Amino acid sequence: MALVTALRRLAHVRLREYSWRTAAVTSSAGAWLTGQRSFTTGTHSLRSDNKVTVHFINRDGEKITAKGSPGDSLLDIVINEDLDFDGFGACEGTLACSTCHLIFDEDVYKTLGPVTDEEMDMLDLAYGLTDTSRLGCQICLTRSLEGLVARVPESVADIRQSKDGSS
Amino acid sequence: MSGHKMIFSGLKVWTKGRSRPAWISRFHDGMNGRGKASFSTCSPKVCIVGSGPAAFYTAQSLIKARQDVEVDLYERLPVPFGLVRFGVAPDHPEVKNVINTFTQTAKHPRCSFYGNVNVGKDVSVKELQQAYHAVVLSYGAEGNRSMGVPGEDLAGVYSAKDFVGWYNGLPSCRELSPDLSCETAVILGQGNVALDVARVLLSPIDILKKTDITQPALEALAESQVRRVLVVGRRGPMQVACTIKELREMVNLPNTRPDMVAADFEGVTEALKDLPRPRKRLTELMLKTAVEVPGEKEKRNKASRFWGLRFFRSPIEILADPDTNRTAGIRLGVNKLEGSGEGARAVLTGEVEDVTCGLVISSIGYKSIPIDPSVPFDSRKAIVPNNMGRIEQAAGLYCSGWLKTGPTGVIATTMNNSFDTARSMVEDMDSGTLDVSTARTGSQSICALLGKRGVKPVTFSDWEKIDIVEMRRGEATGKPREKLLTVEEMLQVARKNN
Ligand code: FES
Repeated sequence: MALVTALRRLAHVRLREYSWRTAAVTSSAGAWLTGQRSFTTGTHSLRSDNKVTVHFINRDGEKITAKGSPGDSLLDIVINEDLDFDGFGACEGTLACSTCHLIFDEDVYKTLGPVTDEEMDMLDLAYGLTDTSRLGCQICLTRSLEGLVARVPESVADIRQSKDGSS
Repeated sequence: MSGHKMIFSGLKVWTKGRSRPAWISRFHDGMNGRGKASFSTCSPKVCIVGSGPAAFYTAQSLIKARQDVEVDLYERLPVPFGLVRFGVAPDHPEVKNVINTFTQTAKHPRCSFYGNVNVGKDVSVKELQQAYHAVVLSYGAEGNRSMGVPGEDLAGVYSAKDFVGWYNGLPSCRELSPDLSCETAVILGQGNVALDVARVLLSPIDILKKTDITQPALEALAESQVRRVLVVGRRGPMQVACTIKELREMVNLPNTRPDMVAADFEGVTEALKDLPRPRKRLTELMLKTAVEVPGEKEKRNKASRFWGLRFFRSPIEILADPDTNRTAGIRLGVNKLEGSGEGARAVLTGEVEDVTCGLVISSIGYKSIPIDPSVPFDSRKAIVPNNMGRIEQAAGLYCSGWLKTGPTGVIATTMNNSFDTARSMVEDMDSGTLDVSTARTGSQSICALLGKRGVKPVTFSDWEKIDIVEMRRGEATGKPREKLLTVEEMLQVARKNN
């Protein structure tokens, strides 16, 4: 289990690094990266027929619908689909920031699978932590999560402002 | 003006920074020789002092919120990223991933980095204010709180800030060369920095040598005789300032055994149930570590190194060895708590306790220092007095990061507080409170001024030369990076013509 998680994390980092390098126009290790890329693209196109649909509720309360492949994390979807949630995923899915915090309805939360101590540790630092909070980078899509709704919590500022308003 | 708006409306997606559309790079290459857009009139020009997380998150948010704003970052050192480079522990590379986003911000056509510029010395805040519509101070907290006890200046006493700076390659801490020939180290303070230091002191060298810790620090730690690290707090287990991730790392540190005082945890079990989840889980982990089941203990018995949290103790005096005049111990005052929970106060009982140790590291907090007499400063709180990032009684001046809030919180805290400041600024621009209707000269006049004063800024592409050299050097020894340790060397690499 630990090994699987570790490998998955490694894959995450590689992917991020890859995209960043593309933006940075770095050419070293180009061949390797190209290999990585075609592999990824290939997987995606193969599975394009069984994409999973998920909905995010952003900080303004708007519903945003996006699709991902089984195995993608919710953070992957936010990035791949260019969803504009300020500051989301700062540590790039390595369990070091809690900015990918998402809130679920209780029945959905129960279907998301077990939470590791390490995820709980980072979650404990999240703003507006709830009993049904999870970190988006740790949740992998499966077919059974079709139609899932995830709420992006308000930032501190939003919370403080609404407090100020009501007092 | 409207032309600019149209050009930039396509830039919405830049923050997420997957592949940046090719036309953007084409576009900004075409603008001028240095690859940065220069707009003649009426784009709001903002300058940020500092280039750590607060500076970059403020810049990111501003650039995104307004399609016309231009942001320049001024950094004292030739290298960017502040505490992400010089504060984050070398064995926490994941946290440093934020650098990827910062790099995208720095490479944005409306953002420029000017390293090697010491604001307050090379150029004044007043001068920046004349050249820019707004100035944001995000230079953080580079001072440290002193313990204010006798013996504080003895050899063998260091501030955590310097110690961290030393193993992370901060040029001003290069000469620290701490003496690690003693067996016991006492760290004062129980925040995450304290635990970072404890972890680095006790980590197996095989772990550290795969990180970007500096070579001199690695060598010193390989020779270190430190076997026991006590992390001392004024208050009790319910008040520790560290977060659970860092505590768990200590608990799981290979070849190391926790050594706590079970009596410190009296009454803690009973209090657990009323705690909010984060504090509860943190306390439970501590409790479990303190009163470990016997089997676990035997398993760890082979451990040759120890760490422990010590509670209800305040430093009274650092004790010197009369012969060498070096640190030989510390006298701690025993405290009792008044009140309970987060707000409990430590009060000295009059009882004292001496602990033998050759190394004392004080980790009781960083502290911002004033940069310029013209900027208001609250020296008691060591922050710039502000309202949502607007510096009080100083129109056009803003702050973000630790200078704004005080030196606490994780990266997400700084991110949110920086977004807040950017939001205040955009509000002020929109409402006209911040007048951006007349053109400002921005970096053009500041660079001219710096040139006259013999200061040559380091650009972001200069930094990338340093970056490449550091990574290449690291590769040779199996590290992600081998940092350049002096400003001179950094400048030399930065100025090389490819
Ligand atoms: S992206 Fe940082 S913890 Fe999920």
